Amino acid sequence: MDIFLQQIINGLVQGSIYALVALGYTMVYGIMGLINFAHGEVVMIGTLVTITVAGTLIKAGMPVVFAGLAGVSTSVLVCVALGWGLERIAYRPLRNAPRLTPLITAIGMSIVLQNLAMMIWGRNYLTFPSLLPKINFEVAGAHFTAIQVIIVVLSAATMGGLLALIYRTRLGMAMRATAQNPAVASLMGVNINRVIAAAFVIGSALGALAGVMVGTYYEIAHYQMGFMLGLKAFTAAVLGGIGNLAGAMLGGVLLGIIEALGAGYIGDLTGGFLGSHYQDIFAFIVLIVVLMFKPSGLFGEKTGDRA
Amino acid sequence: MKKWLNPRSAFGIALISVALVALPFVAAMGGQAWVRILDFAILYVFLALGLNIVVGFAGLLDLGYIAFYAVGAYAWALLASPHFGIHWPIWAILPIGAGLACIAGVLLGSPTLKLRGDYLAIVTLGFGEIVRIFMNNLNAPINVTNGPQGITLIDPVMIGGFKFSGNTTLFGLTLSGPQKYYFLLVALAILVIIINLRLQNSRIGRAWQAIREDEIAAKAVGINTRNIKLLAFAMGASFGGIAGGVFAAMQGFVSPESFSLMESIMILAMVVLGGMGHIPGVILGAVLLSVLPEALRYGVGPAQTALFGKQLVDPESLRMLVFGLALVLVMRFKPAGLWPSPERKRELAEKKA
Repeated sequence: MDIFLQQIINGLVQGSIYALVALGYTMVYGIMGLINFAHGEVVMIGTLVTITVAGTLIKAGMPVVFAGLAGVSTSVLVCVALGWGLERIAYRPLRNAPRLTPLITAIGMSIVLQNLAMMIWGRNYLTFPSLLPKINFEVAGAHFTAIQVIIVVLSAATMGGLLALIYRTRLGMAMRATAQNPAVASLMGVNINRVIAAAFVIGSALGALAGVMVGTYYEIAHYQMGFMLGLKAFTAAVLGGIGNLAGAMLGGVLLGIIEALGAGYIGDLTGGFLGSHYQDIFAFIVLIVVLMFKPSGLFGEKTGDRA
Repeated sequence: MKKWLNPRSAFGIALISVALVALPFVAAMGGQAWVRILDFAILYVFLALGLNIVVGFAGLLDLGYIAFYAVGAYAWALLASPHFGIHWPIWAILPIGAGLACIAGVLLGSPTLKLRGDYLAIVTLGFGEIVRIFMNNLNAPINVTNGPQGITLIDPVMIGGFKFSGNTTLFGLTLSGPQKYYFLLVALAILVIIINLRLQNSRIGRAWQAIREDEIAAKAVGINTRNIKLLAFAMGASFGGIAGGVFAAMQGFVSPESFSLMESIMILAMVVLGGMGHIPGVILGAVLLSVLPEALRYGVGPAQTALFGKQLVDPESLRMLVFGLALVLVMRFKPAGLWPSPERKRELAEKKA
């Protein structure tokens, strides 16, 4: 039972991170129907910028709290600028292009960002500076750390804030209207360009936060880390029903927990035949099974039928 | 077939044939590495045309195409290497590889028939990853794929005692291994191109096109969308399987690393960048995207030295950076691909007006 609880906790932490990244995918998808493959790279750059800024400041003798805050805010700023720039330079000119065209652009940008990051930060694994004290708790036989609690609480708070933004403000209303029908929304006086830019900016800011969390949690970062993370987050977004905010959040958490439980129990379930290195398979198998029975995800609406 | 007989196309075909025959000898002057690059370019043409059936003709976005290539490659590797001590002939393995890939295609296709657009994309992506993860881990408890180390010492292609690896002298002309594979690949590629051309204008090809444009309307006019979609998956997959078999034989080595998601994405990029659904466009896309990174490998380093007098940045990452930028720029200025089909061009022009 304590293993079960432990895996639930681990899954919850990982899932919160997936959820934050998934929101970036789902917002952009909901509004413009584009899989922004470069989003994982934005998250990666968020992590690496934090390492550089916070690491340098800590070395210069600044208290860890301030160095950490400076690192996080710089990384959010950089990622926001990056997200805005991506939309402005790469995707906006393609708004009326065939559907697969922006997808290839996104892949191209992902390659560009990954290699830029490699030029700046090098090929090696970097250590993430420890920004939070290491405190351990034990409840009912399951161990968890202060970092894990903070990650879960902070991402829950961020998601709450996002929901408030989308459902309570004028910008949020404009975003929902654009997602439903861009042409009609623009006739009602919504500035489509601003709304799309906002989706990219908000998604990138969330991505930067997720990047910092990944860094603090695993204490290690690398220029290729964005790819798999982005893939999982995108899977989470689809699991929940892509384009649906609550779906992305629940999909993220669900995926994290499924993966953790899968990794914990696969050995027992198959009598030792399959080990925990099959962890990644779980995410995809669950995805395929869910989509077989609910073809537009757990909470999704119907989407277009063209490739 | 009438079109082929007019003198202009006959001249064109003759010119292309001469160029195709001369190419490996010209490339060999720059070293066998270039012949190998050429081999891979044609292999990618093969793969891109296979994927074109699924994505270009039927409009089903498949991000896991490399899985079928992997199935074909591993089928060859396991049935013609010392790993299990089996050494079957090509006439047995290639059909088995294509058949297994075909079964994999149907296996992937049947549960995903209801899915549309991007949901299909992510499921196929997941399928590709599942196949790769299994290949990476099936070395225990029973060693099937030898895990991340891959399978080595795979038999080369042998047709009736004629071996495709090593040098052979034919009529006083010495042919290297890669050159011989080149001619084999060209023959296969021509076969695939003909199949593609014939499919495109067949009843099935038109059914695919109808599904691509509007699935509900296609159903309404009596097309069995389920079978026709499955057929697209199965045919695309079989081509992938055959390409995989030839790849394994040519390399003499396979490992899960060759079948990453990035490879699937690259093949898709070839199809889209060339001109989705348009056979000459897809061929162009495949040749360009497979040769460009290699050409950059030889170009980027010296160019830096010439411009700045020293290596400022790692040439390997600079090369990929340029490659990524090229993808972005082509899509920016040629959104329908470099060589789109005339119909598609017209559609886009109408949309703008």
